[in-house]
Amino acid sequence: MAYGPHTPADREHMLAALGMSSVDELFADIAPELRASPLRLDPPEAEQDLMARLGTLAARNRVGLASFLGAGAYRHFAPPLVDQLLLRGEWYTAYTPYQPEVSQGTLQSIYEYESLIAELTGLDVVSASHYDGAAATAEGALMTCRATGRTRVLVSRAIHPHYRETLRTYMSGAGLTVEELPVVADGPAAGTVDLAALERLLADAEGAGPVAGVLAGQPNFLGLLEPMAEIGRLAHAAGALFVAVVEPVSLGVLAPPGSYGADIAAGEGQPLGIALQYGGPYLGVLACTDALVRQIPGRLVGLTTDVDGKRAFVMTLQAREQHIRREKAASNICTNQALLALAASVWLASLGPHGLRDVAAMGAARAAELEGVLAEAGAPRLHPGPYLNEFVVRVPNAAVVHRRLLDRGVVAGLVLADALPDQPELADGLLVCATETTSRDEIELFGWALGEELAGAADPGASSGADSGAANLTGAAR
Amino acid sequence: MTVAGPRLQPTLFELSKAGRGGGKVAHPPAGALDRIPPAQRRQTPPGLPELSEPEVVRHYVNLSQLNYAIDTGFYPLGSCTMKWNPKVNEWAARLPGFANLHPMSPDDVAQGTLQLLWELEQMLLEITGMTAMTLQPAAGAHGELTGVLMIRAYHAARGDLDRSEILVPDSAHGTNPATASMAGLRTVSIKAAPDGGLDIDAFRAAIGPRTAAVMITNPSTLGLFESRIGGLLDLVHGAGGLAYMDGANLNAILGRFKPGEAGFDVMHINTHKTFSTPHGGGGPGAGPVGVGPKLEPYLPAPRVLREPDGTFRLERPGERPTSIGRMRSFVGSTGVLVRAYAYLRTHGASGLREVTDDAVLAANYLKQRLTESGAYDIPFKSVCKHEFIASASSIKRRTGIRTLDIAKRLLDKGFHAPTVYFPLTVDEAMLIEPTETESVETLDAFAAALIEIAHEAETDPEAIHAAPHDTPVRRLDEVAAARNPNLRWRPATGDWTPCPD
Repeated sequence: MAYGPHTPADREHMLAALGMSSVDELFADIAPELRASPLRLDPPEAEQDLMARLGTLAARNRVGLASFLGAGAYRHFAPPLVDQLLLRGEWYTAYTPYQPEVSQGTLQSIYEYESLIAELTGLDVVSASHYDGAAATAEGALMTCRATGRTRVLVSRAIHPHYRETLRTYMSGAGLTVEELPVVADGPAAGTVDLAALERLLADAEGAGPVAGVLAGQPNFLGLLEPMAEIGRLAHAAGALFVAVVEPVSLGVLAPPGSYGADIAAGEGQPLGIALQYGGPYLGVLACTDALVRQIPGRLVGLTTDVDGKRAFVMTLQAREQHIRREKAASNICTNQALLALAASVWLASLGPHGLRDVAAMGAARAAELEGVLAEAGAPRLHPGPYLNEFVVRVPNAAVVHRRLLDRGVVAGLVLADALPDQPELADGLLVCATETTSRDEIELFGWALGEELAGAADPGASSGADSGAANLTGAAR
Repeated sequence: MTVAGPRLQPTLFELSKAGRGGGKVAHPPAGALDRIPPAQRRQTPPGLPELSEPEVVRHYVNLSQLNYAIDTGFYPLGSCTMKWNPKVNEWAARLPGFANLHPMSPDDVAQGTLQLLWELEQMLLEITGMTAMTLQPAAGAHGELTGVLMIRAYHAARGDLDRSEILVPDSAHGTNPATASMAGLRTVSIKAAPDGGLDIDAFRAAIGPRTAAVMITNPSTLGLFESRIGGLLDLVHGAGGLAYMDGANLNAILGRFKPGEAGFDVMHINTHKTFSTPHGGGGPGAGPVGVGPKLEPYLPAPRVLREPDGTFRLERPGERPTSIGRMRSFVGSTGVLVRAYAYLRTHGASGLREVTDDAVLAANYLKQRLTESGAYDIPFKSVCKHEFIASASSIKRRTGIRTLDIAKRLLDKGFHAPTVYFPLTVDEAMLIEPTETESVETLDAFAAALIEIAHEAETDPEAIHAAPHDTPVRRLDEVAAARNPNLRWRPATGDWTPCPD
């Protein structure tokens, strides 16, 4: 066996101590009719061969393209020190700090994580992480129900579709209801929460029951900035709690949820220096006000002292958790994302407040360049309101154009007709994003290729010059 | 400093000095944020620390050295399967083709990862004897919730709406009853039989038209194979209920018992236990869920599909309306699954069987060493699987020394403690799981340390009461931490205890 230390003599020695001659005797308690059929798997693979196989599989993914995908997962610069620290076995091969005396590294790192996210969100209580942004959002919604004793939450349609789907799954399990808040169809506020509709739903003229929580995204899934203060004010006026679903890098420049009255902030921590990895492991950020501390699920680490009066850190308020409270726990969560919380902390500590601001502002600057280039190519923005670094452009036949651009080495963002089939007003939309890692060459390539495609579409006789685009990219600074 | 032993560290915030750091990212052009309405902008920068690179690195290196880890020593934490975390797995997950792949990439762009995920599913199906699988759940408890929601959906689709109860043995992990509550079901706790196994009569009395499912950990949290499981599965199926298997202890049965073949309808797998993905100080994990034919229609979306032409794709939104929906964003914790895949390829069929055989052999050997010594109570004498229970019940009666004290004293002797006070059904429990990757010398040394502590309990109980002595900090005031919670750094409150070292 690849990682086992036992020699044949070791095994014999252990069996002899047990008075046994075969390891099969240790499995005599499995009744014959319950014993497994033989395992049909490939033979063991030597490390060298395994590495070759994995290299081939990884190379089959086309990650060298000029990508303008965001939609809830964002490519950011991570200084090499982040991963070098993460590769220390003392971090990644430890477990939950059940013995705090030999786990102060993990415990202090979690306390620091809680403090860093508290600074970013402006909320005082931060759990030591959830599975991802969608699960954290769902847990945030469940908190509003527990805290208010109400059973109905309102979620903006302009929140990530995966989050809304996850929320529905979690809420249906608990027998709670989710209603979607419409967004404004046109005008200056197009694509953001419809405040009049929100007021109507909160007033509950239909008798659906009082609202526990209102969930809105900042920026929302379409990249737009929501009137968060106004949404919060309306929610509170109806006795509901307000959950802000935020992107943490944006909090380097955008108002923190605590400043506009959010009771809970939830979001995806992946942008804080965590690799894209085709969806995970990511980092569910969940924070709340002091008033809700007994409602927040997940681990909390607090400050204390040891018997000698030394400062120390320890898991605390565990009476909320499943291993103590079992069926009465705030959640069944046990495994968290501590290693990713560490990655986010190291990333934030490396960049500092000014570096974080620069990352967010550079994304905004690159996105503005992208907006200009795409508009010139014939793809104007679909919404007029302010955005940070992600926005929707209108491209007739978006799915076809997207496929053609892929042949030219460009991942032209997300086809909204595929991602939001239930929102026909977005059928011509491509959701595109830029960050500080988006190069000018990539933006120019996108603009040029899109211009060619749109011109080709206008002139059906023109052929699409697929290879020239890919050739162009090799010169790009990647 | 490190050669003198690990020292406590100031926080990032205490190290911070205005004006330090920088040089990591380029400055944006002036006016980059002008188009953001002032009311939407942050008025003051977040209070993040300002640090130079050497300060950041030393901080985290020094902090890391305050941790016990598999890479530093034996970690016999029962029920957690703290086996070796292979280094090649870390390399694999960091290959740029895997690490830099965007989760919303078109299927054409993601063929390598999709193939890996599909092959991983096939391997896990073979191991579990199930017929279909989702890789989406992010952890074991998340997998439990996925499974129980599918069970609910199955009964609902049949119009069988009164099935509101889940039957769970009292030795189960706390996640089982907590999961049932999240899924809107009521937990009925069933006491174990005197031999620690399933009490079939108690189940028979409780199973009925309200039974949605039984939820069984096999081997149980007592480290025992549930030899009466066949009878229980017949009972619950006969009553129209389903059977969930908590796969937390899968390391004990690879190649020996396939839950799907035995008749379980659904189970989750903890990749961070059985398949060596790192525990990460608490996470991340991954909790794939396998199902039999009854539950396949309800699997979360999207599934990974293989097309007739050999290419791979994800299900599209709304493609399978019977699905319970999403459990999280994107496809799953792919970076964790790459590591599990590497582990499975490394071992193959013969290697996985050897993993289980060696894990069970090591646990029985260690149990035998302790049994022979007479130092501890060993409440269940029969052959164990990958873990076993020892108890300090008699020691406590004689000397006042409790399991907690013994756990702390083990830290002085250079070992991590076992899982203590779990399962809840055994007095002064220690749940000990050595795993297959610890040498016989390590097992002997650990047994010797435990026996020595039992001896100290008689001769020098005060030393054990006061343990640990040699750790970076000693016993903590958990009551004060909970009574007056300080959950974040606050520069201005003035109640900050300075770092002592």
